Parts: sequence; structure tokens; C-alpha cells
Amino acid sequence: MEAVQRVDLPLTPQKVRELQAGTPVRLFGEILTARDAAHRRMVQALSRGEELPVLLKNTLIYYTGPCPARKGEVIGAAGPTTSSRMDTYTPRLLAEGLLGMMGKGDRSPAVIEAMKEYGAVYLAAPGGAGALLAGKITRAAAVAYEDLGPEAVFRLEVADFPAVVAIDIFGNNLYRRGRRKYARSGG
Amino acid sequence: MREISVELITNTVAGLCREANLDLGEDMLALIKEAVSKEESPLGRSFLESLLENAGLARRKELALCQDTGMVVVFAELGQELHITGGDFNAAVSEGVRRGYRENYFRRSVVKDPFLRENTGDNTPPVIYVQVVPGDRLRLTVMPKGFGSENKGQVAMLTPAQGKEGVKEFVLKTVSQAAAGSCPPVVVGVGVGGTMEYAALLAKRALLRPAGTKHQRADLRELEKELLAAVNNLGIGPQGLGGRRTALAVQVEVYPTHIAGLPCAVNLSCHCLRHKTKIL
Repeated sequence: MEAVQRVDLPLTPQKVRELQAGTPVRLFGEILTARDAAHRRMVQALSRGEELPVLLKNTLIYYTGPCPARKGEVIGAAGPTTSSRMDTYTPRLLAEGLLGMMGKGDRSPAVIEAMKEYGAVYLAAPGGAGALLAGKITRAAAVAYEDLGPEAVFRLEVADFPAVVAIDIFGNNLYRRGRRKYARSGG
Repeated sequence: MREISVELITNTVAGLCREANLDLGEDMLALIKEAVSKEESPLGRSFLESLLENAGLARRKELALCQDTGMVVVFAELGQELHITGGDFNAAVSEGVRRGYRENYFRRSVVKDPFLRENTGDNTPPVIYVQVVPGDRLRLTVMPKGFGSENKGQVAMLTPAQGKEGVKEFVLKTVSQAAAGSCPPVVVGVGVGGTMEYAALLAKRALLRPAGTKHQRADLRELEKELLAAVNNLGIGPQGLGGRRTALAVQVEVYPTHIAGLPCAVNLSCHCLRHKTKIL
């Protein structure tokens, strides 16, 4: 496994350019969350020419719908959800200056083309490790669409949050590369 | 006639919801540990190790194993000599889910209507299956089913001529298409026989067997073994990032079927396969 790279947020086009598919990373700083319903609302708002409730420029969106926090805790379990459900909406958000996305699973060819065009990166967080990842979140506040409950947009502060660069801005794709490498005949 | 109250049913379901979401079974932990020792991909191994850490943390800190605490599926085996008193059985089970999710800060993941999509706010209703059996006991199993993997299941109405080869091909196609989206390593539940919907239920019931246990029938044991090897040869690996452990187990259940058909269903579970049972 390659050496772990520290990534301080917010992202910049230069930082994103240096992240190569296959590199394990640890994130420090602020990220936003959004999943199905919030994506739908953001893209609908943009199509009506409205402003978004949060600025996307240079941010990273983490696809998650966390469990509610117990009293005295920052957040409940907060692992990644399947990213491909966001594929329809993603190119529109990349056009707004979104530089990073984090979730689980491969992306569509259209999203990967848009990532190359706008210079954005896609990270895979460990799916199903919700309790572990909750411990890497030091602050959480709902900042938009609170009526959506677990699907609201949260601003999270993370420290030492583990992920791996799954698809880089050149379109190198760890899902395809990894599968080819370990496939054997008899399948 | 033996009697039990709906309150007892509600309390039991609430308790099972809590246990299932906080405590990954020893069967799954053993399979993940085995996968750590066999996985060739370093990235895959480190992911599998993080799952063991996650399970420990969930138990210690009373945090859900996964934020997708699922739609709850309840399997009830109701003894025909048992009388339920004090109210409605289905309402009692629903109330148990409501309480279990509220008291433990689990995510509400259920919407009222598949088109209107407004959250019900309490993770109800569950999906409930009741089987009437001999005896005077009630056996309750609660399975919170996450939708990352649930979304990737498929049903096929194969022909008798397609036989075992057709089933193998279909299972492989389903897992291959599911790939990273199903949160591998997965447990693959396969149901063969019955009718269309019954095959799907068999596939889900196959996931209730202690994970990694083999079928009692020798030919089906052999089929499970072949399928597991073939699935792992796909190279999808932990999290779909490449590796030799795409599935932890393949579990097949069968049922008599019609002379004209071979229904086959695949129900996938992520590595967070959760279910707890209590007999009242």
C-alpha cells in the first residue's frame, strides 16, 4: 500500500491535481454532506437560477446520511452511501466549482468526464464503518434543508478521516484497475 | 392456551433492533477475520481490519455499526397454540421498531410513499412475515436491511433447461453488476424454486442462516462452494477496489417449484449482515 497522504481542507485546484488514484489519504478540515434528496434540491434550485444555500466552490461533498447524535455526542454513525445515485446530479455541481466528492462505489462515465473537465477528485471512504468514522468527526451542524432529516446538508469538521483516492482528475480509476488486477479465470 | 401480551412483543422487538444494530454477530466477525488472513490486496486487508475496529467501537460506544440502520424486516414464527392478548400484533411490532430506533438514536430511513418520499420519522413500518407453526411459542427475528446491498438484488425466472448452470450464471452476473455498490465483501443469499416472490423470500431467508454455515444437502453444499470461488474470482474485492475477497459466503435455499419453471433470486447483504432472534 502506498504511503498515506495528509489532505488539508479546503481543497484547491493544485491540491486536487496532486491526488493520484490509489493513494490512501487522511482528511483534516471542513467538508459538506449531501445525499439523494439534497442533490435533487440543489440541482432544481440551480435550474431555476436560484442561489444555493451553501457555497460549493473548492468544497468536498461527503455522501452520507448520518444517524442522529446521542446527547453529548457530535454525531451518530456516519459512513458513506452509494455514490452512483448522485451521478445524475454531479456534473451540474462540478460546474459550480465543487472540487471533491467522497462516498462508496464507482462513478458513471459521464461523471468521470466531468471530473476531468473541471479537475475534481473522487474519494472512497470505508463503507459500513459508520461507528469508526463518527469518531473522526469533531464538529457537525446542519446548514441547509433541515426538513430532510438525515438527508439535510451538514457542515462537518473532520480530523484524520480515512479515505482512498478512487478516481483522480485524469480519470484513473482504482475500481477498474483493482478489479483487473485481482480477477482470475473460473469466474 | 398459553398467552403473551403485545407489550412483551413490543419490548422484545425494540431490544432486538438495538442489539442487531450495535452488535455484529460472532459468525460475521469470524468470516471477516478469516478474510483478513486471505486477502491479497493490502488496501483490501486494511479495509477489512477497519471493519473489526468498527465492530468493537460500535459495541463499546453504543454507536450503530453502519449509519444505514436499514428498513426493518421481521420474521415471526407464531405457534398455533399461542394466544396474543391486549392488542394488534402488527401494531405491536411496529411500536417496537419505533421505540428501538428512537431510544437508540438510529437513523430513520423509511419514506411514507415510494413516489412522494416523505420520511415517516420513526423508521416504521417494518416489513413483517408471519409463519404459523406447531407449538405455543413465538420466535421473533429482526433484520435491519441496509439498502446499499438491497438495491443490488435481482430475480430471474429461468427455465428448467437452464438448470444449475443457469443459476450459476445468474448469480455471477448479479454480483458482477452489483460490484462496489453492494459494499463488499458481501454475503450472497440465493433462493431457488417456489414462485417469483417466494424465490426472493428464500434468498432473504438464506441470509438468516448463521453466516458461513454450509447447506445440509451435499449437492447444494457443492454449489455454494463453487459459487463462492467463482464470485471471488471476479476480483471485485473489499469495497470494490480490487481483491480476492468479494464474498464472505454464498448461502443457497431451495423449495419445490412448478414443472415449467426455475425461479431464482439473489439477495445481497453487505459485510454488515445483522439479525437477532428471541423466542418468547
